[in-house]
Order: sequence, then C-alpha cells, then structure tokens
Amino acid sequence: MNEFTAQHPIVVVALVKIVVLLFLLLTALAYLVWFERKISAHIQARRGPYRVGPHGLLQPLADALKFLLKEDATPAGADRFVYYLAPFLTMTLAISAIAVIPFGPGTVQIFGQTTPLVVANVNIGLLIIFALTSLGVYGVVLAGWSSNNKYSLLGGLRSSAQMVSYELSLTLSVVGVLLLAGTFHLGEIVTAQSGYTWGFLPRWNLLNPTWPQLLGFFCYFVAALAETNRLPFDLAEAETELVAGFHTEYSSFKFGMFFIGEYASMVTVSCLAVILFFGGWLSPIPSGPGLDWAVYLPAAVFGLAGAGLVVHGLRYWTISGRIVLSAMGLALCAIGALFARPGVWELVQGPFWFLLKVFVVLFVFVWVRWTLPRFRYDQLMAIGWKFLLPVSLANVVLTSLAVVARS
Amino acid sequence: MTAELLVFLALAGLALAGAVSLILQRHPIHSALSLIVVMAALAGLYLLLEAEFVAAIQIIVYAGAIMVLFVFVIMLLNAGAEEHTDFSRMARYAGVPLTGVLLLVLTFHVARASAAMTAAPPVEGMTRRVALLLFRDFAFPFELTSILILVALLGAMVLAKRDS
Repeated sequence: MNEFTAQHPIVVVALVKIVVLLFLLLTALAYLVWFERKISAHIQARRGPYRVGPHGLLQPLADALKFLLKEDATPAGADRFVYYLAPFLTMTLAISAIAVIPFGPGTVQIFGQTTPLVVANVNIGLLIIFALTSLGVYGVVLAGWSSNNKYSLLGGLRSSAQMVSYELSLTLSVVGVLLLAGTFHLGEIVTAQSGYTWGFLPRWNLLNPTWPQLLGFFCYFVAALAETNRLPFDLAEAETELVAGFHTEYSSFKFGMFFIGEYASMVTVSCLAVILFFGGWLSPIPSGPGLDWAVYLPAAVFGLAGAGLVVHGLRYWTISGRIVLSAMGLALCAIGALFARPGVWELVQGPFWFLLKVFVVLFVFVWVRWTLPRFRYDQLMAIGWKFLLPVSLANVVLTSLAVVARS
Repeated sequence: MTAELLVFLALAGLALAGAVSLILQRHPIHSALSLIVVMAALAGLYLLLEAEFVAAIQIIVYAGAIMVLFVFVIMLLNAGAEEHTDFSRMARYAGVPLTGVLLLVLTFHVARASAAMTAAPPVEGMTRRVALLLFRDFAFPFELTSILILVALLGAMVLAKRDS
C-alpha cells in the first residue's frame, strides 16, 4: 500500500477524495429527503416524520432499508436491458456532476499531497456539469420507454421535451456570468467575484457593478427547477394525470436510485447557483477594521445551534430523545469550539459559507415546491420558449453591452 | 504499453463496438443508444488529445441534444422492432468489395503517414482560441451558417403547419 501510494500519489489522492465526497454526499442526500419532508409538513401544518428516532431523525435509514427489502418487480414486456440501465444512468450522472464543484479556496493534506477542495479541478468545469445534466434526460426518457406502460411513456415524452426546451434557457442564463468572469473554471468564476462595492456590498455576480445578473439568476433558477423536474415543472410525474409518470413501474431500489438522482441533481444546481451568482465560498461580510469577529461566525453558529439543541432536547417527550438530542447538541458545541481554534478557522471559512448558501438555495427549492401549483403542459412550453428564452437572450445582449462599455 | 495507449484502445474499441451494434440492433431505440455510446467514446478520445472543450461540446450537442431528439421522435412514433432484410445484390457485388478497397487505402495511408508523424505541442487556452476563430477570423461564414440553419428551421415549420 505504501509503495503504491508513493508511486501513484495522484491516483490515491483522487480515490480518497472520491470516497469521502461520496460518503458525505449520500448522507446529505438522505437527510435532504428528511429535510424536505419536514419543511413540507410544517408548510401544511403537520409534524412530518416523528416516530423513527427523535424528530424522525432515523427516518432516512428506515427509508433506505425499505428500498432494499421491497420486492423488485419487472413489468411483463419491459425491455430488460434498458429498464435496468435507466435508473443506473440517472443516479450515476447526477452524482458525478458534484465532482467538479469546488467547496473552498484552501487546500488539504492527504498522504502528504497538497490538494484543493475539489475532486476534479478542470478548466471546463461548467461545461462538464452541463454535459452531465444534458445526458441526465436519458435516464427519464429510457425509463419511460422501457417500462411498457402508457403512463410511463407519456411521462418520458413530456420530460424529454421539457428538458430539451429548458436546457437552452439554462445555458443562456449562464452566459452573462461567463462574460463577466471570462472563464469556464468554477474556482476562477468564484474568485472573479471577490471584493465589495462601496466597501460593504459583495461583488457577487447577482450584484455585479458592471451589470447585475438579476435576470440571469431568475432565468437560471426557473430553468433549474424545470431541469430537475421539480414542481411547478414536474409534468413528467404528474400523479393526477400519469399515476407517477416515468417511474410508475419502478419499485424497490431501482425507484430509490431515481430518488437519489433527483435529489443529487437538485444539490448540483444549487451548488452551481451559489458558485455562479452568490460568490461561492466568499464571505458576505467584508474583512476590515472592526470586522475581525466575522471569522468566528462559523464557530458561533455551530455553538449557538448546539446550545439550542441541548435546551430543546432536554424537554423532548421520550427519554431516548432527550439523551440523543442533547448529545447531538453537545457534539455541535464541540464542533463550534473546534472551529474557533487557530489553524482550523481559516480552513472552515470557505466551506462554511459555501454550504450555508447552498442550504439556503435548497430551502428555496423546497419552499417553491410546496407553494406553487403545477403548470399545464402547454403553459410549460409557452413559458420556456416564449418567455424564458427571450429574457435570457436579452440578458446576454445587455451584459455584453455593459462589458463592452466598461472596457 | 503506456496507460495512454490502453485508454485509447479501450475507447476506440468501445466506439467500434457501438458502431457495429448500431447496425446490428433490431430496435431503433437500441440503435440510438449504440450511437450515443459511439459519441461518448469519441468525446473520451478528444479528452485524450487534451481537447477538453471539443469533448464537452461533443457530449452537449451530439449526445445531449441531437440524440435526445432522435430518441424523442422514435418514442413519439412508437417505432417497433424492425426486420433485417437480406443483402441486396448491389451491396453484395459492389458494396462489400468497395468497402474492402477503402479499408486497404486508408490502412496504407495511415501506416505511411504515422511513421513520419510527431506529437503536436499542447495548445493552451483551447476555448479562447476556438472562440477567436469562430467570432473574429471566420465571423462571416459563421453568421452565414446560422442564417442557413434559421432558414431550414422556418422551412420545417412551414411544412409542419401546412396541413392544418
């Protein structure tokens, strides 16, 4: 092992990063489902998952077990190869896109190798994400076709038309950012947004002094909702019309793979939104005299959350809940204390702000889903072609004019 | 044998296997999937040549857009499995020998040329160079091509609307 590590340092470092990221991502995805169920429940004045563990915290585990243990049925007359391929494709493509997302500016030491906080540090990171999302449509289309079910087929057809239509707006909405940054490298796009207008307003692309990308972000967000097949654009699985759309015939873990894929692509588009429009890992608080305390914000947030959890946990209605919740609160406090130590707080700044922003964007995704009703199919097409595409084109023209006027 | 050669052989084999499968498959969807495999393998070959931009565009445009439309149309028409016809007489007596001749000529020229070939120096800033070529040096042909495509689009719409 040591000999291999010495001979192929790049391979080993890449493998370690992939394994760590995959583990963190899959855990995060499981809890994203829990998060969405909780938010939706509270929006509808319900409690949500509450039985499995305190506040339903073990619900993702129970869900995963259920996915694994249910009968895995294949419909008669299904095209077996394509039927098995489709969920696999959806999940793999959605997860691989995370590989090019940079989580922070710093570097970490793995086996004596200094390496940035991104699995694949490539020059065309943005194009790779678009390539993977444009392939993602096959999972849905092939699932719909191979199931030998008319509802699945209709869902697949709808979804392919929808994703092809909105991909145009998605790509065009990003062109404004590319014009301002002048690169496809996601890390460089973030560093191009550093600095503050008038000393306090962050120069994120959303508030860029040359031309604020408000239109661009609007188009990006709407197109991203459509690309990830989320409400109000989930025509591919409109249950009132199509039972469950393209995944009607899927059960057990194959259904689980679609589930993972959907949430993974949601995470990808959220990360991309933060990188392109909200300054990635850059802190919203300028560094300057009198603002030194800002670097202790991660520590303070974790410490306060931990303290709150301890206070809340001690009054929980089950004994085990009291123990678990207050233990989790203490753990959060410990993490907060760790983040305040010199040598650690420099490293956690970037990932903390990045993940916090991603979290906010994800919350908006969930919020939108449980607030807006679904569009009709003709409305969906009209919005995509007659409204979103012209608006994103206008954004490209305006941004290029502003860039030319500045230079 | 270097790692690069191994990757090349794997990708080239994949592309060839996809191309053969494209012809042999009976169902149009399977043929379309085989074509996508060919395109993905080609993108891998471009990556091997350090042409990252071309590789990404290959996936986005061909595999992600054009082939999606192919699959969409096949699904929309609900095309079923197709019968394989026998070799036509034309193919048997003219096609097969001519293919052999073409293969021989290509092999001969590639073998002769590759002896004298040297590796090109790696190109920095690929994306920028492509953009400058398209929008500065060849701006006029580029715009002409887009007008051509626009005309084709309008033509297709006129044809589609005529019935109603």
